Amino acid sequence: MNQQPTKLRPDLKLIADLIDPGARVLDVGCGDGALLDYLVREKQVDGRGLEISQQGVNASIAKGLFVMQGDADNDLNEYPDASFDYVVLSKTLQAVHRPRDVLVNLLRIGKRAVVTIPNFGQWRVRFNLMRGGRMPVTKSLDKTWYNTDNIHFCTILDLFDLIEAEGLRVKEFVPHTKLGKKIHASRARANWMADQGLFLLEK
Amino acid sequence: MRGKEGHTASLFKQDPLTLDSGAVLSPVTVGYETYGTLNEARSNAVLVCHALTGDQYAASTHPITGKPGWWERLIGPGKLIDTDKYFVICSNVLGSCLGTTGPWEKNPETNAPWGLDFPVITIRDMVRLQAALLDHLGIDKLFMVIGGSMGGMQVLEWLTTYPERLHSAVALATAARHTAQNIAFHEVGRQAVMADPNWQNGTYYNTAAKPDKGLAVARMTAHITYLSEDALTKKFGRNLQARDVVTFGFDADFQVESYLRHQGSAFVDRFDANSYLYITRAMDYLDIARRYDGRLADAFKAAAHVRCCVISFSSDWLYPTNENRLIAHAMNAAGVPVSFAEINSPHGHDAFLLAEPEMDQMLDGFTRAAAVARGLAP
Repeated sequence: MNQQPTKLRPDLKLIADLIDPGARVLDVGCGDGALLDYLVREKQVDGRGLEISQQGVNASIAKGLFVMQGDADNDLNEYPDASFDYVVLSKTLQAVHRPRDVLVNLLRIGKRAVVTIPNFGQWRVRFNLMRGGRMPVTKSLDKTWYNTDNIHFCTILDLFDLIEAEGLRVKEFVPHTKLGKKIHASRARANWMADQGLFLLEK
Repeated sequence: MRGKEGHTASLFKQDPLTLDSGAVLSPVTVGYETYGTLNEARSNAVLVCHALTGDQYAASTHPITGKPGWWERLIGPGKLIDTDKYFVICSNVLGSCLGTTGPWEKNPETNAPWGLDFPVITIRDMVRLQAALLDHLGIDKLFMVIGGSMGGMQVLEWLTTYPERLHSAVALATAARHTAQNIAFHEVGRQAVMADPNWQNGTYYNTAAKPDKGLAVARMTAHITYLSEDALTKKFGRNLQARDVVTFGFDADFQVESYLRHQGSAFVDRFDANSYLYITRAMDYLDIARRYDGRLADAFKAAAHVRCCVISFSSDWLYPTNENRLIAHAMNAAGVPVSFAEINSPHGHDAFLLAEPEMDQMLDGFTRAAAVARGLAP
């Protein structure tokens, strides 16, 4: 286990900044555990992960984290109500089978949910589709339609609609570039400019 | 009945061991092996729990078969469970036949082998004996308890019964209950033993012939459940045994038949038929959730401080991933810090004994992190 100060990818740092020290955090789709590891070290959270890949599970465990192999569609149901302060779902909502159920589950398990999505409404994506007439392949959405894991694309405005339909509250909305640079703009303008949208949600 | 080359301890000499059945045993002998050295703080002890037909020779040569220890791949100097760093204990379970009290041992009241007068035991009874062995060795708290299959069941009962004595726990390819299918296979094995005329209601110890045929058949059946269909096909297919054509008879024409016959006959040299009955019964009786009104999570509520790891194998149909995931979810719901994964393996249930690089990586990461948390050098 390395002890040097942890460097975190800028978009993950935006998530980390929203989380209170000492909180109980579940990271759904935690990958190699980079975010959780950072939160445990820098914010002394009690962190748990859920991750589908064996590689990710092993990398997380090697960092001293606790990770369940599983996915958001099937395994979130097994977590008790209100067992976490935060449930994080980073760039995963678009890859699940039932995004609506998953979103509701996040706020059943956690008092708050942190959700980030790749924004399909961003101008490059729109331009790409308009000009080419084919499903956009951009730098941040770099797979073709038939081999992408992203089966439920949405835009920032789409997610706002779903959040409101489910009666959830947006406590913070942080649209940003894929390098993690915040974009200060209205919803509609953010939907045009931002590569990703970050939402801090409450019931 | 068997050689006792290893250590033994005689326990429960004054106060008897009270079993789940209500019966009592006194004294109780336990055969065990240790590897490595207990540190001054007594904080580096690892208890390794063996499976149904395993024994205490986890990392040393078996006194009867002369084969290497069943988990020598993992336990030893510089290995995953590093005996330069940890003090490893492995004891023969209650009811077994390699130095620990079981139906083969003399009943102190009659001075004749117990046979079927031996009380029926449970997995938790085995764990109670292990706890008493730790008292005897002066170990209050284990750095880790680890085991696969029935060994994993013991790990689970450690978590329910002595959570305060654990820092970390690893359960591999196991279950918190025996399913109807599990019980069914065990019943076939027991009936095979009992159908052997030499079994004589379990009183064969002082007679010339033992129920070897019945025990061998039991082992053959069980052995099939330890492998996957793919593993059998890969290893044997329909290959014939030292012949070019089938013989139109009942010889072991097929390699798989010859292999199973060998597994059966080698087994009876090192295992007692009555022990087999008692230990399979103990496994059948396992249903941890039942003690907690069907809520498995409640079984682990007192273990919320124990670092846990549960591992299953994709081709294990004896204790499949579902059963292991149930355990991990229950621990999670109880607030126990737990990691869980299903390792992709073609090797069936026996995978936990074999070289599985992804399992090794997972165990290594888990053990190192647990060591740091216990204040043992990484």
